[in-house]
Amino acid sequence: MSARETEPQDRSEHLAAADGAVLRADELVAGYLPGVNILNSCDLHVQPGELVAIIGPNGAGKSTLLKALFGLVKVRSGAVRLRGDDITGLGADKLVRRGVGFVPQTNNVFPSLTIAENLQMGLYQAPKRFPERFEAVVELFPTLGKRRAQRAGSLSGGERQMVAMGRALMMEPQVLLLDEPSAGLSPALQDEVFIRTRQINRTGVSVVMVEQNARRCLQICDRGYVLDQGRNAYSGTGAELAGDPKVIQLYLGTLAKA
Amino acid sequence: MPADTAPEHAPVPTGSSPAPRPGAAGHEDAAHEDAGHEDAGSALGPRTLAARQALRDVPHVPGAPKPDPVVVADGVVRRFGGLTAVDVQHLEIQRGAITALIGPNGAGKTTLFNLLTGFDRPDEGSWTFEGRSLSRVPAHRVARRGMVRTFQLTKALSRLTVIENMRLGATGQVGERLGTAMLGRLWRGQEESNTRRADELLRRFKLDAKREDFAGSLSGGQRKLLEMARALMTEPRMVMLDEPMAGVNPALTQSLLGHVKDLREQGMSVLFVEHDMDMVRDISDWVVVMAQGSVVAEGPPDAVMADPAVIDAYLGGHHDAPLTEDDEQEQLEAAEAELEAEHDREVGR
Repeated sequence: MSARETEPQDRSEHLAAADGAVLRADELVAGYLPGVNILNSCDLHVQPGELVAIIGPNGAGKSTLLKALFGLVKVRSGAVRLRGDDITGLGADKLVRRGVGFVPQTNNVFPSLTIAENLQMGLYQAPKRFPERFEAVVELFPTLGKRRAQRAGSLSGGERQMVAMGRALMMEPQVLLLDEPSAGLSPALQDEVFIRTRQINRTGVSVVMVEQNARRCLQICDRGYVLDQGRNAYSGTGAELAGDPKVIQLYLGTLAKA
Repeated sequence: MPADTAPEHAPVPTGSSPAPRPGAAGHEDAAHEDAGHEDAGSALGPRTLAARQALRDVPHVPGAPKPDPVVVADGVVRRFGGLTAVDVQHLEIQRGAITALIGPNGAGKTTLFNLLTGFDRPDEGSWTFEGRSLSRVPAHRVARRGMVRTFQLTKALSRLTVIENMRLGATGQVGERLGTAMLGRLWRGQEESNTRRADELLRRFKLDAKREDFAGSLSGGQRKLLEMARALMTEPRMVMLDEPMAGVNPALTQSLLGHVKDLREQGMSVLFVEHDMDMVRDISDWVVVMAQGSVVAEGPPDAVMADPAVIDAYLGGHHDAPLTEDDEQEQLEAAEAELEAEHDREVGR
């Protein structure tokens, strides 16, 4: 029934451009169930200071790719490298210490803890830095400062997303991985998430974001990857991809006339 | 047509080997050929043509009135905390047609399904099925009234056999009542007719070879078939399918599609949620598109998929990234104001 089969993308472009990347993945194969691969050889690279988008239709493997980068899904073959060092399969605590932050899509706050405590959890490996980092994070997310003593469980979805992003920033990561940060939020709060993401990126943090709001995401990213069926289908600058009818076709099936 | 087979085909000890028996494999092949054949027949079946004809003059707008609606919903709202998951002002589903409900992740499709079938309660709104109100009617009564559903993740009872799962699907069983349970002669006849119907359906869905197997030993696709077959035990007039193709081995999809088309040919109305656009195009007479809880477009498949509102819904198009710092500030202020409002609402509760 899958009439929409895209050709896997040629790797030469990736190989030519990936040098000097802060984070790169090569030919990643990964999945959850034995014998079922969700990623069928994915490539990705992020240069220092870049904002990179991962988009694609439902079930394309976007979140799985992000999780594989962060060691949350077992990588069956291929490699993830951070500034040239192999980090494939490394535990989350080690990755955080090396400067990678990850914000899951759901259940991303400790509901029984206050906002300030949630942010402390993000810094448990370096508790002494709390005052300084708290200040930096609150500058980006003023709401978190105002409500610091409130339990995260009583927050709205938009506020929780800010807490989760704030917590990931506490360790001052060099690379931030965001899994559908705008999912389930109202249009206005989606605006805020995208603007904050851009601001975080402007402070020098490299960002990789998986998004369902493809158009908005392509507007703010430097480069994007379009996945289909666990493979790289298309890649390019945000503007190139946003104007590409093939991308729309991938989302809406063979009938879409862009 | 009475099923005359004495159900004597329990040839293999059940549950002994989950591996497919040689006979079963051959059987699946037969299923395809059959489904292919059905396809050719039913694609242009009289009821299909009638359904498409009836919908021909319906305007392609959200909430469009239908010539013969089986379901009519008004002002249905479901909120989860500050998030409005469903906010459908008006929706009509045409009787005897296959209607697809599509939309990006989180659009509220499954929530609307749960509401319509009594598996969830709305905050506001009402709807009717065949002209009678179904608001606040619990799920089991909805099924008894003739609207049944299946689930995205199948709910077969894995420690019961296939035939036992089927028998459970029947409603209004006399033996369920305490008073009559003791009097076997009152329900034995019904039990037999239920079993006959179950065997008939199992044959139609090519599951008769699996009759005595535990439902837990079936493949994902076979479970979908079993669930659909079980739903038909109640002789429904409307069938709601939640992602019927999810997790189904491609070899079985044609057969499943054939069965869904069959429902229409037998006069049932079908509403289904699906992500596979090719399937949507293949079998639907009408498509309803949801985004952010509301219906944003309606129409026949090809019209809907070329609709800019649908492209926006899938690719995300409600707001553009700000171009200037002033715009950015404006968007941030609007978001902060909304956060404050949300916060007050949460605290106020």
